[in-house]
Amino acid sequence: MSAESPEPASAEEQKVVYSVIFNLLLIVFQEMEDKVISPEKAEEAKLKARYPHLGQKPGGSDFLRKRLQKGQKYFDSGDYNMAKAKMKNKQLPTAAPDKTEVTGDHIPTPQDLPQRKPSLVASKLAG
Amino acid sequence: MSGGIKQLAGRDAILSGGGNDFQWCFSQVKGAIDEDVAEADIISTVEFNYSGDLLATGDKGGRVVIFQREQENKSRPHSRGEYNVYSTFQSHEPEFDYLKSLEIEEKINKIRWLPQQNAAHFLLSTNDKTIKLWKISERDKRAEGYNLKDEDGRLRDPFRITALRVPILKPMDLMVEASPRRIFANAHTYHINSISVNSDHETYLSADDLRINLWHLEITDRSFNIVDIKPANMEELTEVITAAEFHPHHCNVFVYSSSKGTIRLCDMRSSALCDRHSKFFEEPEDPSSRSFFSEIISSISDVKFSHSGRYMMTRDYLSVKVWDLNMENRPVETYQVHEYLRSKLCSLYENDCIFDKFECCWNGSDSAIMTGSYNNFFRMFDRNTRRDITLEASRESSKPRAILKPRKVCTGGKRKKDEISVDSLDFNKKILHTAWHPMENIIAVAATNNLYIFQDKIN
Repeated sequence: MSAESPEPASAEEQKVVYSVIFNLLLIVFQEMEDKVISPEKAEEAKLKARYPHLGQKPGGSDFLRKRLQKGQKYFDSGDYNMAKAKMKNKQLPTAAPDKTEVTGDHIPTPQDLPQRKPSLVASKLAG
Repeated sequence: MSGGIKQLAGRDAILSGGGNDFQWCFSQVKGAIDEDVAEADIISTVEFNYSGDLLATGDKGGRVVIFQREQENKSRPHSRGEYNVYSTFQSHEPEFDYLKSLEIEEKINKIRWLPQQNAAHFLLSTNDKTIKLWKISERDKRAEGYNLKDEDGRLRDPFRITALRVPILKPMDLMVEASPRRIFANAHTYHINSISVNSDHETYLSADDLRINLWHLEITDRSFNIVDIKPANMEELTEVITAAEFHPHHCNVFVYSSSKGTIRLCDMRSSALCDRHSKFFEEPEDPSSRSFFSEIISSISDVKFSHSGRYMMTRDYLSVKVWDLNMENRPVETYQVHEYLRSKLCSLYENDCIFDKFECCWNGSDSAIMTGSYNNFFRMFDRNTRRDITLEASRESSKPRAILKPRKVCTGGKRKKDEISVDSLDFNKKILHTAWHPMENIIAVAATNNLYIFQDKIN
């Protein structure tokens, strides 16, 4: 376009300019999309960084089976009494941090056993 | 519209526009104020009965409290009927299954009312293993003038009785008694998550993680297994049942949802064991957007048929979806409850909040839906206007008839005044259970150990 012509750009020229701008924008957005990760995937990366040994399939059978076994507690009175006797003499290995599964490997101590529920009182909603 | 739609009370036809054409006001709050919440006091289920006159709550301590709506007072026209305590009883107690080394919680998972057929009210309440049918009846008369015993109940000396009299009925202070009429036990190996009364008023279903059983209300020693998704080899287990419900009008149809985000509709006429579904509802997923969290957040925590029976609603971790029963390949409406949590999934997984089971409910005319969120927020969506609102159940906005102010979560950048940022949300204050009166704009919202009742503004 000649710099000295002051008349407004023709329709044809406007079309060309707009299509150039449009294409430039397309390229920019495409680049942006490639760089932006969905928030969900970013969170997944964070989780994998913190727990590298986390299994691949969270919905898999291990996860579901743990859910189905909620509330399971194992107790052997023989082990318990022996542990109580032994505890007087030496310290036993401390319980695993995961307190939800008291299995045969871990000798339950009085502190681990579920507390007897307090006596049943009326609901405060009815108060 | 198809038959079976509840008649709306005259005045509510004006208000049937849904959740956002008017304002919600605080009405009542029940429960203790103290900060230290005993675990037993945590409300685990809320349910209105068919008329809306009774509101039942169940808690983790196995107790049921029923509120009754007071008759409206003509001399105080501005006070809509308030809900006051009608009856309370211990429904379930903690048990220990010695054979399986299983502790059975007394927590009430669900309460479902039976339609009223006589003066007494009946409801089903269930914990993880046992369902009980409770009869709640009123006694307002007592007999006086017995021949064989005197007024304090002491037996009279038969040799002293010289005349016969006919006992007469005298009025007494109203006494509401709850008695267990049926106990439906030993039918579930896994934990019961749902019960649903059939429209035939004779049967009901109970669903655990892997099986659904059909019961007759009169028969406690037998139930029919109608769905069994337990694989022969437990290593092959890929999904569990998360919720189930009978169709409101077709007594042969029920649905159940899964941890994989799918819903199956079954017809009991097709076979005795409904392992093969009649319809399978699943929204196609974009495989490129799949992540570690995809399956967990797609798990459906609640499924509810609309009153009309034409639609059903499902709640997953981040959204509520409305499905047309005639279209299986995708929902007809999707509402984002708290999409801003998508960028917090890592910490929500670590603190287990990602496994929270939120419920959802319809209003009486199916024009609005409601569900809970965190920070004691709850959300309402108007299906007609597509408007949504976030409200809060808090003691601060608990003045009588105070209008609830809409709340807004700021997702980043500049936080406006009155907005709350995502990082300031209290994830311990979760609203999992809400209920909407079947005919009027009255809602009950359970916030941990408190029950809030809100009503629409009276002009």
